[in-house]
Amino acid sequence: MRLLSRIHVERRTTPPAWVVVSVSVGAIIAALLVAGIFFRAYGISPLRAYGDILRGAFGSRLGITETIRRAIPLLLIGVGLTVAFRALFWNIGAEGQLLVGAVAASGIALFSGLPGALLLPAMFIGGFLAGAAWGIIPAALKSKLGINDVITTLMMNYIAIYIVEWLIHGPWKGPTMRGFAYTDPFPAAAVLSTVGDTRIHWPTLVIGIAAAIIAYVLVKRTRAGFEIRVVGENPHAAKYSGISHVKVTLLAMAFSGGMAGMAGVGEVAGIHHMLLGPANVTGGYGYTAIIVAWLARRNPLAVIVTAFLFAVLLRGGDVIKVSLGLPFQLVNVFNGLILFFLIGSDILMRYRISFDRKERRAA
Amino acid sequence: MRISRPTPRTRHHSSSESESVVAGQAPAVELRGIVKTFPGVVANDGVDLTVERGEIHCLLGENGAGKTTLMRILYGLYQPDEGTIVLNGKTVTISSPRKALEHRIGMVHQHFHLVPTLSVEENIILGLDEGPSPLLHSRRTRAKIRDLAKEFGLEVDPQAKVWQLSVGQQQRVEILKALYRKADVLIMDEPTSVLTPQEVSGLFGTLRSLVDAGLTIVFITHKLDEVMQISDRVSVLRKGTIVGTVHTSETDKRTLARLMVGREVVFRVEKPLVERGAVVLSVKDLHTTNDRGLKALNGISFDLYASEILGVAGVSGNGQHELSEVLTGLRRAGHGQAVLQAQDLTHCSAREIADLGVAHVPTERIRVGTVPSMTIRENLLLKRYRQAPFSRWGFLNDTAAKTHAEGAMQEYSISAPHDGVAAKLLSGGNIQRLVLARELCGDPALIIAAHPTYGLDVGATEQVRETLLQQRSNGAAILLISEDLDEILQLSDRILVLFEGEIMGVLPADQADPNEIGLLMAGSRRQEVVT
Repeated sequence: MRLLSRIHVERRTTPPAWVVVSVSVGAIIAALLVAGIFFRAYGISPLRAYGDILRGAFGSRLGITETIRRAIPLLLIGVGLTVAFRALFWNIGAEGQLLVGAVAASGIALFSGLPGALLLPAMFIGGFLAGAAWGIIPAALKSKLGINDVITTLMMNYIAIYIVEWLIHGPWKGPTMRGFAYTDPFPAAAVLSTVGDTRIHWPTLVIGIAAAIIAYVLVKRTRAGFEIRVVGENPHAAKYSGISHVKVTLLAMAFSGGMAGMAGVGEVAGIHHMLLGPANVTGGYGYTAIIVAWLARRNPLAVIVTAFLFAVLLRGGDVIKVSLGLPFQLVNVFNGLILFFLIGSDILMRYRISFDRKERRAA
Repeated sequence: MRISRPTPRTRHHSSSESESVVAGQAPAVELRGIVKTFPGVVANDGVDLTVERGEIHCLLGENGAGKTTLMRILYGLYQPDEGTIVLNGKTVTISSPRKALEHRIGMVHQHFHLVPTLSVEENIILGLDEGPSPLLHSRRTRAKIRDLAKEFGLEVDPQAKVWQLSVGQQQRVEILKALYRKADVLIMDEPTSVLTPQEVSGLFGTLRSLVDAGLTIVFITHKLDEVMQISDRVSVLRKGTIVGTVHTSETDKRTLARLMVGREVVFRVEKPLVERGAVVLSVKDLHTTNDRGLKALNGISFDLYASEILGVAGVSGNGQHELSEVLTGLRRAGHGQAVLQAQDLTHCSAREIADLGVAHVPTERIRVGTVPSMTIRENLLLKRYRQAPFSRWGFLNDTAAKTHAEGAMQEYSISAPHDGVAAKLLSGGNIQRLVLARELCGDPALIIAAHPTYGLDVGATEQVRETLLQQRSNGAAILLISEDLDEILQLSDRILVLFEGEIMGVLPADQADPNEIGLLMAGSRRQEVVT
């Protein structure tokens, strides 16, 4: 008890930037340490594993370009999620929103018959609208009926997954694909151009960076952003000020879902050039982007950095899978640990701990 | 350990169990050098307090002076960082309320700790070990409760469910609960804040008979009149320290107020003579329900004029809150009309009503009236961020917002280093100034002010009241909802009393008698209504 009385815990009202950054970095280091136990369990030195991850991501031209192309969907989805999280809407459904975006783009690419120049713009618009619609459903359910957003967004992922499964096994199954569950390949006009011979589909990357800037301005400088922040920070005050909770939630989720939908467009038009199995299309980006947005502390501009960070991890995961013969799931464990430590470390930012050196008067 | 009750009518309790008795009689409670800090605040800073056996000792201080913290330490809810507690000459450690009860200390909290669905007697025996039998000794318990109730004027039906009782009756249950547990020292935390004037005088009668029976009472309050009326001695707490302990008979209100606040206090705000104008708000047969879907307003009608303050009095929970919400568009009216200058408000949204020039100072100024994590500048714009010059083409104009904020901070003397400070860092008084600055900007025609000075210190209270009177002089119609009857009497031109969602009477403030208002608050209807 005597020892405890010398430690003072004070509430911190607004954590300074260095605290936010150092606590975030500390959380990642803690995750690295704990993940090291798992590498050990496989009989591999954690240092070697982390070295391989870094080498895989940065050690070659291929490594770097593959990292960047993995950052693209994380960037798009992550930017959208920061806006949803600002409005206090827990969108766990980016995975499904990405898939319906991919479905819309594939439908337009394969069946619309639009002229070549209009095809890609139509696919992006269609993907955005499909993702937005998928996001608006749980937003309406929550703001109108009070139904839990975590449950509905998560469950709608499964609906999207089975829609894709049904399409590629059924009506959209490609006659030219010799029995594989894929659609036919997209026409050339529906394929995104890339940087040289890499898989960096740069139009999507440009959209992502532009969206980060737009989202930043939206949140900080516009009327709509002000409403989103008020609803997110204090819904009671929002109601009192006459701000419509329904309108704000729908708007934030239309944007968040739409961004995920465009990420889906990028994946099918830039990487796969067809619609294929849902796990291959999403690559778990919808879930990883939650951590991306959280690590960015809901700041859309910071997502540019954190999306790249997690792309390194994903790319590194691919590499250790091959070079060390480890299951890819280990990377998921690692991601989970990072989110766990990030959320857990939040409390450290809200308190200041000091140690009282001088002897206290005995009671 | 079983301890028997002190024999009734013996004022001086035998203190044979205490060994170090000085001059025959040790004080019932002695707190020495109590220090208690919470993150960022020192709630008690070396408090010394002596409560003699058989006295009513008032603990007087403003909100936030540390009264409740000190008593929670005595009741075992908090552990002091430093200092000792001495009971009847013996140093003790009180680690929990259960320990406090073993030392025969009971506490009646400001917000009651009763189980609404259980009966009075079940609440009273809750958590007590009544001997080896697993059965509840209902007959014996009931008899014992009836005896205690009769002796101390605490009539209440032991078999009634707590949710059926009025607030005053629930307080009696809390007192009975403490007495049943053989409390010898009874701590009452702001017991009158929820009572009508009649109930207050009943409570005071009970407290006197308890003291006659040998109990010691610590009475926490910030109301000077109560101190003068009930206490034998009074200790004044300011910013966590005792600034004086005096015999009530040797002091007066002015001296106590000076001790409590630390400076001279003006008791009466000057209310200028203003001729009231035309009808601004006309309410006709208004009905609504509360959050649980029960009837909250049951057909109320009144008119409110320009340059008039209409005070709404009533025990809390009688429809005041719902009335303010219906008039500001936050709650749907089930039936009836509220017309603001020919515009029916009952079908308008909160935003439309605010845009019509209705200001709303909400009951919960922090939870509802501000966004604590956002800046002063942003909070000041909460209701006008869509209007020029603050918004153009959907973008916010930060320069205009800053100019506006700096002007408002000056005009309403909101003290903060700059307008980019988060609202949560402001004191209660400054938060209320911020709310007023926002709501009163642009000279509203109608002001709904709910509990505008609740929990504020004396300085901020004076400023808020003066601001309201100023608005009245400028021609605003003001609906003042308050549980502070003194405030209602001081500021209002007319007083409307609500009881169970109905108007019991409307009377002119200059002829109003607190006793009559008390009767109306308790539900007796007045015949003649003043318009």
